[in-house]
Amino acid sequence: MATARDDRPLVRVDSVSKHFGAGETRVDALIDVSITVYPQQLIALLGPSGSGKTTLLNIIGCILNPSSGAMELDGEPVVRDGRWLRSDLRRLRLDKIGFIFQSHNLLPFLNATDNVAIVLQLAGVDAANARRRAVELLDYLEVGHRKDAMPAHLSGGEGQRVAIARALANRPRIILADEPTAALDSKRAQIVMDLLRKLAIEQNAAIIAVTHDEKIFDRFDRIFQLRDGRLDNGGEAQNGAMETAHAQGA
Amino acid sequence: MNLAYRDIRHNLGRFLLTCVGLGLLLGVVMAMIGIYRGLVVDALTIARAPAVDLWVVEANTRGPFAEASRIPGDIRNAVARIAGVAAAGSITYQTVEAEYRDAKLRLYIIGYEPTRPGGPPEIVRGRGIARSHYEMVADRTAGLELDDRISLGRNTFTVVGLTQNQVNTGGDPAVYITLSDAQKLQFDLAPPAQRVQLARGAGTASRDTVNAVVARLQPNASANAAADTVRRWKHLSAITQEAQEEILSRSLVDRARRQIGLFTSLLLIVSAVIIALIIYTMTMEKLKPIATLKLIGSSDRTIIGMIVQQALALGFIGFAIGVALILGIKDSFPRRVVLEPDNVLMLGLVVFVVCLLSSGLGVRAALKVDPATALGG
Repeated sequence: MATARDDRPLVRVDSVSKHFGAGETRVDALIDVSITVYPQQLIALLGPSGSGKTTLLNIIGCILNPSSGAMELDGEPVVRDGRWLRSDLRRLRLDKIGFIFQSHNLLPFLNATDNVAIVLQLAGVDAANARRRAVELLDYLEVGHRKDAMPAHLSGGEGQRVAIARALANRPRIILADEPTAALDSKRAQIVMDLLRKLAIEQNAAIIAVTHDEKIFDRFDRIFQLRDGRLDNGGEAQNGAMETAHAQGA
Repeated sequence: MNLAYRDIRHNLGRFLLTCVGLGLLLGVVMAMIGIYRGLVVDALTIARAPAVDLWVVEANTRGPFAEASRIPGDIRNAVARIAGVAAAGSITYQTVEAEYRDAKLRLYIIGYEPTRPGGPPEIVRGRGIARSHYEMVADRTAGLELDDRISLGRNTFTVVGLTQNQVNTGGDPAVYITLSDAQKLQFDLAPPAQRVQLARGAGTASRDTVNAVVARLQPNASANAAADTVRRWKHLSAITQEAQEEILSRSLVDRARRQIGLFTSLLLIVSAVIIALIIYTMTMEKLKPIATLKLIGSSDRTIIGMIVQQALALGFIGFAIGVALILGIKDSFPRRVVLEPDNVLMLGLVVFVVCLLSSGLGVRAALKVDPATALGG
């Protein structure tokens, strides 16, 4: 499944700010944040509660519009001066972005296969092909034996793998993860991180995760520390244990 | 992939239980509609039973059902001679309470002349009255059986035939006896009272009084023309069958009709509120999955479709349960419950519209869901 490396940035966030409210009630959630993410990178967004990391993830995920700044996803300008350049953000998310949640967030009324297949069907793939591709993905993530199980009957690790399969279904190049290992024990957390790295390399994708999970810090290529809406030291914190994947490839 | 079906299947027990609850409510709505229809049908039944075209009653009254009417019995002969009248018969109506199997039995006694119009429309068991005295044809709702004997006044009558669904506006079963027996029952005094009357020198007044004379017209004869002829006699009024039915359905049961109509409307409003609440609650319970659906790229149309389909499924299944319920128990009601297909269809359409409108609340809630809530941010 590995694909050729592409050195163009997948995510470019340029001087993005976001504030909520106005006047005395104004809250600056993000202030002049700029980050660039390349293919095959695993990026961590760290910071205390209220530091703006989820706001940044929501902006990159095209769920929240920034107040100012610009953003490009996979080479396509999507935000300029705080305004969306595309009206169909649903389609943008469907085509370019996969989401992995803290607690897998599988649809409780669909079995594992259908939870994956639904993303493909939403993108226009017919039901039979969607199910076939979903089963392939579940097999690839070594959870194919649970393809007919309902989410309530999956273990935490199995559920998270199904969620990852769903995130990958449309072959997105940007995968956003919100505390992807928070619900997992240490061993399973390491397995999931290994899996994410494998996917980043094989699908030439970038993975951006919000996490508080210290036991997986060393698995990221780059770590961005946010505090009060700003990037600490004006940019990324150095991860002593890791070189960036981009740098490795360069 | 039908998300509405999958969600219903996932929570099948709870969904069906909700449908049963809604079905019971809709069953009550249908029962009220059926009772109302039954009231109108019952009101018309007795008037339609003699299958006549003209009712001749006391002047300035709208008798014999809406108002009291007393006219001499021999008026029948005069009416029978009017041009266009094929046959005429005298008729009396009275309500009595009789003892039957150690219980009180309310009966609506109809006195008629067996060879003339005014008798029971159809005898489902037994035969019609063949003897001039002490035989009766009773409606099944009275609980009487063939050959049962029952005392009315000072005489004992034998049940020789049974009719079906012949009741008055109050729901009392109709019992047909001969006119002379009915007049005797209505006017004969008990022996002590008769002796007192004789002692006072009151004598014995004629008891040939009836409540109405009914007339059946020849084919192509005009009921209005015959009625106009009768109205020329100042002591009589004439009411066509059409006008009689109008009086019965509008005047006599009007208050009950409006009462039941208002109650039915309230029940429909309650049903609409409950359907809206159920659908809203079902949607609120799915906010996280809906947020997830939005986040992974689902269109608003898909989400609206899921909610609307569930609302319609709820309404349809609830409605089907309600119909099955009411059809199953309608004959156990003490009053007749009449469910016409057009009433059921109309209620089905109302439920459909209510479900559609009610799902608007859920749809509104779903469309307001921020996809970011799926991220737990």
